[in-house]
Amino acid sequence: MRYYSLVRSVTQLLTYLYTMSAPKPYMNPYLAGIGIGLVLLAAFVIMGRGLGASGALSSFLTFGVNSVAPSHAQSNTFYKEYLSTPSGNPLNDWLVFEILGVLIGGLISGLISGRVRRTVDKSARVTITTRMVYAFSGGILMGFGSKIARGCTSGQALTGGALLSVGSWVFMIAVFASAYCVAYFFKKQWT
Amino acid sequence: MNAPFYQFGLFGNETALLFAVVIGIGFGFFLEQAGFGSSVKLAQQFYFRDLTVFKVMFTAIITAMLGLFWFSWFGLIDLSLVGVLPTFLIPQLVGGLVFGVGFVMGGYCPGTCCVASVTGKMDGWIHLLGMFAGILLFGELFPLIGDWCSSTSMGEITLSQVLHLSHGTTVLLIVLVALAGFWGAENLEKRLRTE
Repeated sequence: MRYYSLVRSVTQLLTYLYTMSAPKPYMNPYLAGIGIGLVLLAAFVIMGRGLGASGALSSFLTFGVNSVAPSHAQSNTFYKEYLSTPSGNPLNDWLVFEILGVLIGGLISGLISGRVRRTVDKSARVTITTRMVYAFSGGILMGFGSKIARGCTSGQALTGGALLSVGSWVFMIAVFASAYCVAYFFKKQWT
Repeated sequence: MNAPFYQFGLFGNETALLFAVVIGIGFGFFLEQAGFGSSVKLAQQFYFRDLTVFKVMFTAIITAMLGLFWFSWFGLIDLSLVGVLPTFLIPQLVGGLVFGVGFVMGGYCPGTCCVASVTGKMDGWIHLLGMFAGILLFGELFPLIGDWCSSTSMGEITLSQVLHLSHGTTVLLIVLVALAGFWGAENLEKRLRTE
């Protein structure tokens, strides 16, 4: 009962923050960067590993594939890698718990800064449908690309970047080079 | 201090998962605070209108890099137990190029997309769905492309090895490049504001 009332007060507090506060300005970029850097450093010192995001998504996907078609998942080397956790459940994985934390941390930050709003982020020059088509197609390319590169902006660029890993720096430079090259074609969506 | 703590057996797997959540909360918090829950904000980087992505990423990299360097200098952390990520040159180059196109189209990266979704951005949820589709596509094609993805393997090679510099010199070099980059970014933004 005590636990229930605690959850209720927290929910009330969050609802209050959600409805009362106007969006606050973003944090100074260098300060936010130091914050992320210290979190990454903490991961190195405590765990001996860095941060990640696409790896956790792969674990969730493998969980799905393994639930629908177990023999198919177990015969594929890619899925098998994510199935090989201590308990055999792909969700029993460090990055899966870390990404759950990311969701919690992002929500806390959004709530205390008055930035939790149901919206579609885009420029006024494109329709919601266009934005959603681009979001989905971009997601496909990103999911595919991150698997070829063995990681994303978190697992490769940030983590591998700080560890001075050659492949991570190549990945990071490639990401920005290609993004700048094609940015022209998607300008309407963002400006 | 014997770091990394987990590698020295200071705690078990379940505590490690607890740390995962706590570390994730910190990561998600600062991503959202930086403004990375908004695809429009992120994408301005690619039109030189707002260079927050560059500033945050490089500040984070040099903070963690310098922390690791000084901890190891004072013998507080055994760097050999913090695995350097292995390099697969061509796949990582190609993966990065594909990823970059996805970044401009989708507006998010995998981590920022989670923060966007949880703060109510519907395009974030759709982007997340797209990423699952992309990973599924990769998984299904893996029997065909798996070997290529492991090609041009160079092992756990670092920039210091490639540049034939000491760890400290490489760190210093990256810090100097980053500081020059920050200076350039501030000037560019100032010039665009006055125009």
